[in-house]
Amino acid sequence: MTTLTLGGGRTIPARYVPVLVTACLFVAMFVVGGIRYDGFATGQVVLNVFVDNAFLLVVAVGMTFVILTGGIDLSVGSVVALSTMISAGLMAGPGWPPYVVIPLVLLVGSTLGLIMGYLIHAFEIQPFIATLAGMFLARGLCYTIGTESIPIDDPTFTAFAQTRIDLFADLWISPSVLVALVVVLVGAYVLHYTRLGRAVYATGGSEQSAVLMGLPVGRTKITVYTISGFCSALGGVLLSFYTLSGYGLHASGMELDAIAAVVIGGTLLTGGTGFLFGTVLGVLVLGLIQTILSFQGTLSSWWTKIFIGLLLFVFILLQRLFSTRTRR
Amino acid sequence: MRRLLWPVLILALLLLVNVLFTPGFLSVQVRDGHLYGSLIDILRFGAPLILVSLGMTLVIATGGIDLSVGSVVAISGALACLQISQDAGVFTAVVLALGLSVLLGAWNGFLVAGVGIQPIIATLILMVAGRGLAQLITDGQIITVNDPAYKLIGGGYWLTVPFGILIVLVVLAVTAFLTRRLALGLLIEAVGGNAEASRLAGIRARGIIVMVYAFAALCAGVAGLMISSNISSADGNNAGLWIELDAILAVVIGGTSLAGGRFSLGGTVLGALIIQTLTTTIYSIGVPPETTLLFKALVVTVVCLIQSTAFRDKVFHRRRPVALAGPATEEKARVTA
Repeated sequence: MTTLTLGGGRTIPARYVPVLVTACLFVAMFVVGGIRYDGFATGQVVLNVFVDNAFLLVVAVGMTFVILTGGIDLSVGSVVALSTMISAGLMAGPGWPPYVVIPLVLLVGSTLGLIMGYLIHAFEIQPFIATLAGMFLARGLCYTIGTESIPIDDPTFTAFAQTRIDLFADLWISPSVLVALVVVLVGAYVLHYTRLGRAVYATGGSEQSAVLMGLPVGRTKITVYTISGFCSALGGVLLSFYTLSGYGLHASGMELDAIAAVVIGGTLLTGGTGFLFGTVLGVLVLGLIQTILSFQGTLSSWWTKIFIGLLLFVFILLQRLFSTRTRR
Repeated sequence: MRRLLWPVLILALLLLVNVLFTPGFLSVQVRDGHLYGSLIDILRFGAPLILVSLGMTLVIATGGIDLSVGSVVAISGALACLQISQDAGVFTAVVLALGLSVLLGAWNGFLVAGVGIQPIIATLILMVAGRGLAQLITDGQIITVNDPAYKLIGGGYWLTVPFGILIVLVVLAVTAFLTRRLALGLLIEAVGGNAEASRLAGIRARGIIVMVYAFAALCAGVAGLMISSNISSADGNNAGLWIELDAILAVVIGGTSLAGGRFSLGGTVLGALIIQTLTTTIYSIGVPPETTLLFKALVVTVVCLIQSTAFRDKVFHRRRPVALAGPATEEKARVTA
């Protein structure tokens, strides 16, 4: 295995390099932000990145599973929107309690993922296209439920949304962050310590070899899309905590954020290599870019877009340069 | 030709549905020296999508993908309209807009081939930043222009035929000639099949990749001119929004694999026409606006299922002919490899 040699004879396996580079760049970005803006380099800024992006983190975990098998899931943003819509619709209309609505939403998301996974595996439809159809379907269902934004005023829901968990020294997080961290930990456990996780890496590495080894490739593929559907639905629930509303236009284009987070975290779109920890870093990088923009203050909406693109470019370029240099 | 059988059947089926709902759907008349009719409308309004899909086909054939075409559509339209509103000549405006498009495409190609960034992310950068750039050009406003010469590109007629259709025909003919009569198509497929192997075989893979991205952006630029010329205004925010997804869909429906290595221009044109006909069908049979996306999802799924050999085998319990089984598995091995 190719290794990166450090002083003193210690080596780092090449597969960890992209994640390490991302981590270093993240720290560098934070330091630059801290020097440029007052009040930037505080613990709460980092925690707020988690608070504001807990739902994206959950969705990106599901996306990591899919991308590790060499697939892609474009439906996540729409499933997130559908989840907020179903939650809000059922609680505002018939007045269903949250402990019925939330499991139902998770079930709907998982089922959508299951169907897409089945189409992809059984009928050999390309993942990009099958999940694109899923994206249209979920968005379409949103508009069928309603074209207006539906506010959520269920007491349990709002109480949960406004809860702050105090940590030491005036730092706080929201319960959503805990949910997201649990998802990340469970995801990492599944990927590295279970048969399913091994099968996911094997399928992404080489599907043919995985089949020849006797791994249940079909089942693995269907499972990862189901996991992604579940994560999107859970992300949707977290988003409805965050915004306290259901709307068909929520999370528009979020699939691209999730894919970008996974790729920034060093996972290859061809599948087989990458770590969940990288995805967490990817989400943090995207979140930090947003934070820097908010500290920058008065930017018109178009300059914001150009700036996001620019930061994304610089980041990926640096990551690419460092990763290739060490690989040689 | 066998590959194009299913797209043709699907298109015919969609047209048949339209004929059942709208009698006289297929009639084409000449009024005031212009061609009129639903079929002509499908071609005319589908022209930008066909163009974008043609460019996308070549990008996908090299194993890449271009998410930024929608933003390039917006940028090109915005720049052209800005120039015209500042009293520049239509010719200057068009040349500037297309020049900028090619430049942006080359930038994408440089990121993919030169820097080695994964295509979906490399083009995502321009997709996000490009929207901002288009709005920057128009200063967040919608620029309206009133110039008969510019109107010709997307809304005009020449020799009774809508000008947009003629542009598509020319671009299609040139692309088909370059890729199918010259070796260029072969080189593109070689790069898509295995970029490293093609480089070792003496093909300048990097140059080819930069070229296809530039071509895709050029097509998107022309489509942007058409769209803005047709509505006589440039909207940096909404012009060409999500056209990249429709284009990718058209390419795949047309039988080009996203894994790269082969492509079908005819299939892509059919795919784009299917999507445009679908949009027309949604309006003509009166699907409520809230459920148009559901309808689209349904049709896309059905279309993809019908084209899937695995699906046909399972549903019709058909055994694959022995002669076909060999090449089919071989091809699959190549794609997964």
